[in-house]
Amino acid sequence: MKFISIYFVLLVSLSVSAQTNDNDSTSLLVNDSLTIKIAPPTSVIVEDYKYDDADNLQLHWVPSIDDMPQDGKVVRYRIYQSTNNGSFVLVDSVNFSVNMKKIEGLAIDSTYQFMVSAVSKNYEAKSNKTITIQTEREWINFNLASLFLIALLITSAVIYFIETARRGKELFVRKIAGLEAVDEAIGRATEMGRPILFIPGIHDMDDVQTLAAITILGKVARQVADYDTKIRMPVARSLVMTAARETIKTAYQTAGRPDAYNDDMVNYITDEQFGYVAAVDGIMVREKPATIFLLGAFFAESLILAETGNSVGAIQIAGTARPAQLPFFIAACDFTLIGEELFAASAYLSGEPKMLGSLKGQDVGKAIAMGVIIVGVISITLGEAYGIEFFSNITSSIQSFFTVNK
Amino acid sequence: MKKTSMVVFATIASLFLLSWIVKGMFSEGSSPYLDGFLVTLAAFLTLAIMSFLYKDNPYYKFAEHLFVGVSAAYAMCLGFWSTIVGNLIPRLSSTVSDFFQVNYIEGDYNIFFVIPIIFGILLLMRLSPKAGWLSRWPLAFIVGTTAGLNFVRYLRSDFINQINSTIIPLLIDWNGFGDFFSNMNFSATGQLVMMFSNLVIFVGVVCGIIYFYFSKEHTGWFGRASKVGIWILMITFGASFGYTVMGRISLLVGRITFLFKDWLEIIS
Repeated sequence: MKFISIYFVLLVSLSVSAQTNDNDSTSLLVNDSLTIKIAPPTSVIVEDYKYDDADNLQLHWVPSIDDMPQDGKVVRYRIYQSTNNGSFVLVDSVNFSVNMKKIEGLAIDSTYQFMVSAVSKNYEAKSNKTITIQTEREWINFNLASLFLIALLITSAVIYFIETARRGKELFVRKIAGLEAVDEAIGRATEMGRPILFIPGIHDMDDVQTLAAITILGKVARQVADYDTKIRMPVARSLVMTAARETIKTAYQTAGRPDAYNDDMVNYITDEQFGYVAAVDGIMVREKPATIFLLGAFFAESLILAETGNSVGAIQIAGTARPAQLPFFIAACDFTLIGEELFAASAYLSGEPKMLGSLKGQDVGKAIAMGVIIVGVISITLGEAYGIEFFSNITSSIQSFFTVNK
Repeated sequence: MKKTSMVVFATIASLFLLSWIVKGMFSEGSSPYLDGFLVTLAAFLTLAIMSFLYKDNPYYKFAEHLFVGVSAAYAMCLGFWSTIVGNLIPRLSSTVSDFFQVNYIEGDYNIFFVIPIIFGILLLMRLSPKAGWLSRWPLAFIVGTTAGLNFVRYLRSDFINQINSTIIPLLIDWNGFGDFFSNMNFSATGQLVMMFSNLVIFVGVVCGIIYFYFSKEHTGWFGRASKVGIWILMITFGASFGYTVMGRISLLVGRITFLFKDWLEIIS
């Protein structure tokens, strides 16, 4: 009976698989009563793996009828590959009950053919050959379509608000608590006759937090120039040094006091994290600044700097987008710009249409996120709790849209 | 120099010498006195940095300046020898590779490697008062490309994935109020705890976003939601603070272990 079923499956595999060659059925038959004979996998199909770099193919097959979840005779499947019409070589194997395999590391200029065999303890039943195929490279990765649409929506909003700001329309941005203290902090340093210390974090100019810090520096330096206060800025990156010098110089020129500017206001210390911290701590205790700005990307040094600043009695305004460092700034500083407040502060202070428009555009993104989350949570709750299909459909639509494959 | 300072300096110098000699006598390496010197130097520098906890002093200043000078020079040498000599030159020129005694990688030549050289030279234009403006071009390139690359990365991780992860049911295994009350338990995977957990995630994310919404004044219900958001942020920061402080204590334990084990050999 088993032989009849195997024969039947072989016949079906030959007829169903449209892309296989009729003359290559290669099931191995051994005349041994102890042999655990099995049927080969059928309908072996190979196709291009979509949206890759033309280096993968996808192989599917219908498992052998002897591949059962319990007491099955198939122990694994072997995959044979022929490159450029060469001989078939074993390239991979997968466990029983698996019916697909991504073949990786292929070349775009080669042709490939595959065979899959079902393997029992002492028998191997090979399928027919697949068609000959080449890998392909697609122009557009449609897996990223939702990402593209969301990016398009947010960037459109940003561009719209930038243009609106450029046309002179005033864009509303709410007050940010830490910024209210900037004037007060600079005034305090002026009255006390002590310097202001501005620390822009330890990352380079390729970090957006450093950029935000430099933007805020522009505003601070302008006021410093107006009040004739001393500013000191030790930095850990050479590019930050050049950008900061340029910013302060421009601020002094705008204030009409270019002669008061000095390159020594900004000085490079070292790239090494704790070497920088040791030097800045030394500056804090020796120069006893009245005001310290800690704005930018900070890491393990955040608490050391903030605590030393606190110990010398300086008023401290901090801001970073590093969630792990925010607790230290909140604990040891007088005002903290939390996460995106740092970027909002730079936009708010600069008053530039580009930055304000960007901030408003991001708010559109946040509104979309809030709306989608609220609708999604309501629909998944009603769908799961009461089994309403309409809500389940909404949930699955939202989830599939907000799932981005590579 | 004051007399007290001189006494302190003489004491420290004597202790240093004593430590060096003793460590050298009992070290078992091929060069015991060199090993003894290095361990003693590391221990005294550690103590010099720690002396900052008392107040600023010349020993801290010495350790600070040594650290800054060595690390700045090391960073520059590392940048030159690993990036320029190690990565760039072997892909550009066999003659220059021979000069620096590094292996030329044949077949890996790519004209695009010239671009970072040009940008590097343009950055150095900063040193020239007349051509200083040229340094803005590479700077603009760095900032622009980083912003563009990060936009897609953050949009995916901080926006799309975050939204997807927040779409969670507020009623779990819901079979009506009667069933809910009869199955009430406080196990971590129990119905009640899971519902509360999901509710905190949902309310926390929405109120957190409201706090960071800058286009509307935080008044009325919006202001109240924003306050909930800042409360949730502060609770999170509190938990994070404790977690990180524990990590820092382990760093302190590392230094104390060095002093007592490697230097003083009091503990095993």
